[in-house]
Amino acid sequence: MPDVQSTVLEFVNKLRKRKIEGSQATAKCTVELLRSVISQQRVPHSNQASALIDAVKAVGEQLVAANPVELAVGNVVRRVLHIIREEDLSLATAAMAGLDLLDASDDDGEDDNCKGVGYSAMSAAVAAAAARSTLRPPSLQTLLEGTPESAAVPYTSSSGADSESKTADKSSITRKLKHDVIEGVNHLILEISGCHEQIAEQAIEHIHQNEVILTLGSSRTVLEFLCAAKEKKRAFRVFVAEGAPRYQGHLLAKELVARGLQTTVITDSAVFAMISRVNMVIIGAHAVMANGGVIGPVGVNMAALAAKKHAVPFVVLAGSHKLCPLYPHNPEVLLNELRSPSELLDFGEFSDCLDFGAGSGSPLLQVVNPTFDYVPPSLVSLFITDTGGHNPSYMYRLIADYYSADDLVM
Amino acid sequence: MDPRRGPLAVPKVRRVGFFTSIEPSPETPRPNRSLSGPAEAITSSSPLSDSPSGQFISPVQIPPSRHHSDNLASRAAPVPVPGPSAFRRQLANDRTLHVGSYNPVDSLLGTSPPSSNGEVSEDSGSLFGFQRSDSAKLSASFPNGGFDMTVAVRAPGESEAKVATASTSDGRKKNVEASGESESVATKPRKEKETRSLKEKTSKAERRAIQEAQRAAKAAAKGEGSKRAGESSRPKPSKPAKQPQPKKEAPQVTSSVSEKRAVSVEKERRMDVPQTQMQYDDKSRVDKAKRRSVVEQTESKNKVELFLHLPQYERGNQLPNLSSNIFTLDTIHHAVYKVGLQHLAGDIAGDNARCIAMLHAFQEAINDYTTPPMKDLTMDLTAKINGYVSFLIECRPLSMSMGNAIRFLKNQIRKLPVDLSEPEAKASLCSEIGRFIDEKILLADKVIVQHAVTKIRDGEVLLTYGFSCVVEMILLYAHEIGRKFRVVIVDSRPNLEGQKLLRRLVTRGLDCTYTHINAVSYIMGEVTRVFLGASSIFSNGTLYSKVGTACVAMVANAFSVPVIVCCEAYKFHERVLLDSICSNELGKFPLALLYLILLVLDFANKSVACVEIFAGDPDAIANVPLRNNKKHSKTMDNNKNLQFLNLMYDSTPAEYISMIVTDYGMIPPTSIPVIVREYRREDLLL
Repeated sequence: MPDVQSTVLEFVNKLRKRKIEGSQATAKCTVELLRSVISQQRVPHSNQASALIDAVKAVGEQLVAANPVELAVGNVVRRVLHIIREEDLSLATAAMAGLDLLDASDDDGEDDNCKGVGYSAMSAAVAAAAARSTLRPPSLQTLLEGTPESAAVPYTSSSGADSESKTADKSSITRKLKHDVIEGVNHLILEISGCHEQIAEQAIEHIHQNEVILTLGSSRTVLEFLCAAKEKKRAFRVFVAEGAPRYQGHLLAKELVARGLQTTVITDSAVFAMISRVNMVIIGAHAVMANGGVIGPVGVNMAALAAKKHAVPFVVLAGSHKLCPLYPHNPEVLLNELRSPSELLDFGEFSDCLDFGAGSGSPLLQVVNPTFDYVPPSLVSLFITDTGGHNPSYMYRLIADYYSADDLVM
Repeated sequence: MDPRRGPLAVPKVRRVGFFTSIEPSPETPRPNRSLSGPAEAITSSSPLSDSPSGQFISPVQIPPSRHHSDNLASRAAPVPVPGPSAFRRQLANDRTLHVGSYNPVDSLLGTSPPSSNGEVSEDSGSLFGFQRSDSAKLSASFPNGGFDMTVAVRAPGESEAKVATASTSDGRKKNVEASGESESVATKPRKEKETRSLKEKTSKAERRAIQEAQRAAKAAAKGEGSKRAGESSRPKPSKPAKQPQPKKEAPQVTSSVSEKRAVSVEKERRMDVPQTQMQYDDKSRVDKAKRRSVVEQTESKNKVELFLHLPQYERGNQLPNLSSNIFTLDTIHHAVYKVGLQHLAGDIAGDNARCIAMLHAFQEAINDYTTPPMKDLTMDLTAKINGYVSFLIECRPLSMSMGNAIRFLKNQIRKLPVDLSEPEAKASLCSEIGRFIDEKILLADKVIVQHAVTKIRDGEVLLTYGFSCVVEMILLYAHEIGRKFRVVIVDSRPNLEGQKLLRRLVTRGLDCTYTHINAVSYIMGEVTRVFLGASSIFSNGTLYSKVGTACVAMVANAFSVPVIVCCEAYKFHERVLLDSICSNELGKFPLALLYLILLVLDFANKSVACVEIFAGDPDAIANVPLRNNKKHSKTMDNNKNLQFLNLMYDSTPAEYISMIVTDYGMIPPTSIPVIVREYRREDLLL
């Protein structure tokens, strides 16, 4: 598959050069790339799921390595893996059920095989493993009807062998898995591109008349959120911190004004001064960690602290592709990225007063220009995702719904 | 003795009551202090003594006030202090001793020549005394210990004020008093010379005697003063009070004479209270002000609703007008005019610089001033100054420190003795202004540097925000004396003052890290101390400073990094402030204009050529170096939905401040009202 390989490489290069920015754009590109990878992946008769998983993982590793700070890439890769596992599982379940109905004798034969080992014990263990692997809460049905789940372990050799040894419709099952996975991935794409609307729908519940809202950074989610409230005839004013040195806030302000919202641009340093008159801080996250911490545009931590000080609700909007199943360690440094100093100081501006001849080795002047900021969960009041509002303490559970435990470490 | 340690380690010391103008008779030692003080202070070798600050002991060390009425201080001073009873007793003694000879009424009238706050030197002496002595022997040994050390030379040691403990015996005082009286009958100039010569001729013992005499005299005066103050601020008890309770007694004794006095003092004080800031949402007042104004400003069409109470003008367009008017305006002295323009253009930025520039301009204006016939110098000059001030306000709202300086100046004018001839009066005013600059600003900075440098250790990472000249001095001095540390400079748009600081520090070889304010929580993890400058500190401990300071302090607080604020005491203000909205300034000055204007001013020969001055961007904020050239178009600027808000100041709650380094020492923010109360008076009532 030379063409896939080349597109992967191209995308990796883009990521590496930070040509693609914004978690939503990155997520979308990633998932589309993965879809083509899956569709072009030749699936063997046996172990098709694991083959797909391996292929996706291989590509995913490259992508994550290209921009480890863009957590959305990893998130999406994990989501796709999760989809593959789920589809495989449900397919196997369906096949098993179909077999049960169609071919009683065959089913009996299989049952005999299983019974040889010890039917009940085996099925219980298998059910438990399946539940664990999908990270699904064991449903009442699963618990009661253990039998069909024996085939549910997605890519174990036994299940593969079982299905492989089966009759002529195995090829259709094969095709069906890929088809279903691609269906699932398409669904994911829709979800990612539609998350703004989903989140914006909830705006009306959170914004009331005459509200004063502070936001910073440029986030499409925030834009849609505010505009949705505006469309519902809510009148409110927005303060936008300009977000030096990238001035994303100016872009956001421009968009907001174009949509007819009362907007005031303030300097970043005035955040503390203004927060006492602000009713709510709404920001778009770059990523949400499993502990409920938020990676956001630089300056967010300052706003969060100020909001905490003044008891102003600090609301984070995040599409589900931003939910990262990892727990952060020293995120200010490890999940951060230092941009070019030229955004702060022009090159050569200080060359006249720097004495390079001194020979001490270390430069006298350093310029620090980080991209992201970490907000600890204690400062966040509410997360609004496309599935509704959540507490920071609930994020880990929400995240568990989207990912398989096997994929956490890639 | 480790002088740097001093202010913290020193036992709690007090300075009793006012030591203000109240010395009534010509016998007062005041004249001596007035001029010799600063000079002496400077010459003394110790780092602390070369400062006006020496004079003041950290306010924490001030015990609760003696007046019930002003118990503000006592509430604010967190440190346990010797019980007031001792004072009272002593005061009572003093009073009984001196009431006869001192006539408090006269003193308050201010007929005496304008006194200086020459306390400087003597206080520095006392400071040293304290630093050396243990707290135990403090009270007893104070006068001696204090004087023989640094300022022994100085005759007028009025540290009596601080003695204030019962341990000083009455007998001693009486002796002293006698000698003091014998010694002090000279007029002001003469006396000054005398004391100078005294210094040279007299032996130590003699000098001490003189000092003690003066101290006693002053203590007595103070006793009176305090009584009066007590009286003025609370209803006078009609019943005769008992001797041991000087408080009650005070009004009684002085009542007949000082009642009127009290009223007038009260009035003066009310005048001293700065008018509340003009509220720009008050239509009628704004219109009135506009009619009077020199500077034509077009109000910005697109106002920020929250800040309607602050002036919001279009940017840049008033400058061309002003600069062409410069030689046609008679009402405003050209020096003041120039300063006004410089403020307007933002060429002079920074509180100290603005204040000094303003004072120099006033000096010049006073020098050129001649009293019109049939007019009183005091009244007319005050009116003139008022005119200048309102012009300056039109150019740019005054900072708190400038307000304080103006109050000082007006007080000086008011206190001018009537019999002074005009040249003399002018000379004295100018020298007072010069002294204010020297002592309250320049020397204060030196003291602050000395104090603050003790807080810098090797290997530290210091963070500072924006540009504060005191902080710069501290950093440079610490570097000079060989401390190894790293500096993090946090900057913010649109003024980017931090780059100025960065340039200066890097040139001097300091190791610097530069970043913007958004990244402050990224960088704060490695910082060990935060040094901040201040525009003003209010009496509730709120720090009023360049916008963003609060953010930095807050993040430092969140990271448990100590926040040290460096602020000269003349910037303290008795207002209280809770947020940054009610009182603030909206920025409006594109920086590009400065040099143009100055060029025009300097080379213009009475007729300013019509210089095309670019009107500047509507707002500094809107003018953003966006990548992709995505600047806001003109249409965007005029969109009524879009506003740009460029706050100049914000207020930092006291809880974020660990320590304030001021010329009185290193104090917690809770002690601000004490300083304001105790030390402001000396300026106002002198």
